[in-house]
Amino acid sequence: MRAYLFLICPVLLFLGGSYLLPFLGIMQLSFTDPEPGLGQYSHVLSDPLTLSAIWRTLRICVIVTAVSVAAAYIITLLWVRGRPLVRSLTELCIMIPFWISVLSRAFGWISMLSNRGLLNTWLKDLGLIETSLQMTRNEFAVIIGMSHYLIPFAVFPLATAMRNVDERVLTAADGMGASRLRIFWQVFLPMTASGIMGATLLVFVFSVGFFVTPALLGGGQSVLIAELIYLWIFQIPQWGMAAAMSVILMLAVGGILVLLMRRYGEMAK
Amino acid sequence: MTKLHPGRLATLLTALVALFLLMPLIAVVPVSFTSRRYLSLPDGKYSLRHYQALWEDPEWLSSFLTSVQVGVSASLLAVALATAFCIGIWMLRPRFSGLMTGFVLLPMVAPPVVSSLTLYFFLKKLSEWNSLIAYDSLGGVILAHMVMIVPYAVVVVMVSLSQIDRRMDLAAQSMGASVPTRIFGVILPNIRFGLLGAFFLCFLLSWDEIGVTLFVTSVETITLPRRMWMGLRDNVDPSIAALSVLLILVVSLLVIARALLLMRKERAAR
Repeated sequence: MRAYLFLICPVLLFLGGSYLLPFLGIMQLSFTDPEPGLGQYSHVLSDPLTLSAIWRTLRICVIVTAVSVAAAYIITLLWVRGRPLVRSLTELCIMIPFWISVLSRAFGWISMLSNRGLLNTWLKDLGLIETSLQMTRNEFAVIIGMSHYLIPFAVFPLATAMRNVDERVLTAADGMGASRLRIFWQVFLPMTASGIMGATLLVFVFSVGFFVTPALLGGGQSVLIAELIYLWIFQIPQWGMAAAMSVILMLAVGGILVLLMRRYGEMAK
Repeated sequence: MTKLHPGRLATLLTALVALFLLMPLIAVVPVSFTSRRYLSLPDGKYSLRHYQALWEDPEWLSSFLTSVQVGVSASLLAVALATAFCIGIWMLRPRFSGLMTGFVLLPMVAPPVVSSLTLYFFLKKLSEWNSLIAYDSLGGVILAHMVMIVPYAVVVVMVSLSQIDRRMDLAAQSMGASVPTRIFGVILPNIRFGLLGAFFLCFLLSWDEIGVTLFVTSVETITLPRRMWMGLRDNVDPSIAALSVLLILVVSLLVIARALLLMRKERAAR
């Protein structure tokens, strides 16, 4: 019996000490710094600048989620149901970006979109524009960069759902004379709805706490919640506010995850 | 009975998505050959100076070494902790094992910025007591990375444990093998590939880690992603393009090699 304790306990103690305990410390800070009470929470939820960051985060995350899931659905369709060669090619297109560092990918978009970047140079060479278009340091760049990062993550739940579709149902619909479009809209799409739901929640959860890509591509112009927390720690130290915002973020994400697990739990039954 | 394949419209749309996914990876290539000091396209003049800078600048080299050190130590420790935990759960199947596993997976599902703040807070507190595992120290970064990668190691090891035959362990037990013999003689040899996979995944995650690293380091301990971040934030340095090209090349080769290997296996199976 004691042997097992030696196996299970180290990681529990490690994470309990270096993750759970400090998080409780953060929670305590959110109620006590600078003064005891719920002041930090009411300030976070009433300060117009903070509110606008929350609003912007929600808006961007909804758009990013929609774009990522839609794009992922299309590419997953070919990855799962395409002919062998197409399947291998799409797999490479999904896997290579997936394994590449988030920084290299953000840098790639900067090279693509910045004032002296590829797109602006080409457009100027073609004579389509005179002065460079401003395509970085704004919400557009943030949405592009975040979607690019999150598409591969949306692919995996979608692929699982698509692989589970019973081939016979599609063949039956085909045999009864349904058009290809109709088979897709009325049979295939509804049968993969659970995958769409899973991908949507997963991507949304990831996007809400996202920091690196928005900070690089937004260039400080469109600050999201995560960057706001960073600023509250390193630029204008306001530990209480940062702590309160973190607790709110954790609760929101926890809520979505519970929803996700319920959903998958029901499906498993 | 033929399988319904996606049509032309789907193929066209997929090509667009694939282009979108690959575009930024291709865009860094010309930028890396510019002869100027700032982000630009080489207009006629190609230069390797940014590749040379990577090679010659002691700062890039020291960051590379820091990243390797952090990655190897954090991954080894995380895999060791995770393996012990998973074997314990697998052998004993204790009550609350679902709850315990859920707790261990927490850093994986929590928003990264919350984990970053938590670890920053923790290491700042530790700095008041010691300088070995502290804010902006090698030990501190290793600890922070361990917290972030332990859940992934647990997932990989759990999966490989779930694939071994429990009856082997029962046979060993019935013949009087002690717990250490069962672990080192039966279980570990059977999950060695899982352990290797877990180590590889952990190293990769630590190698790329930037969110937490940004919070727990400042000027003393600078990992490779942290140095890239510094070069990206202030004034975009084309050396990062050169480094990105190299990283993209390595990843692409690995992914393609893996795909070819799998294809060969499939063919051999047929």
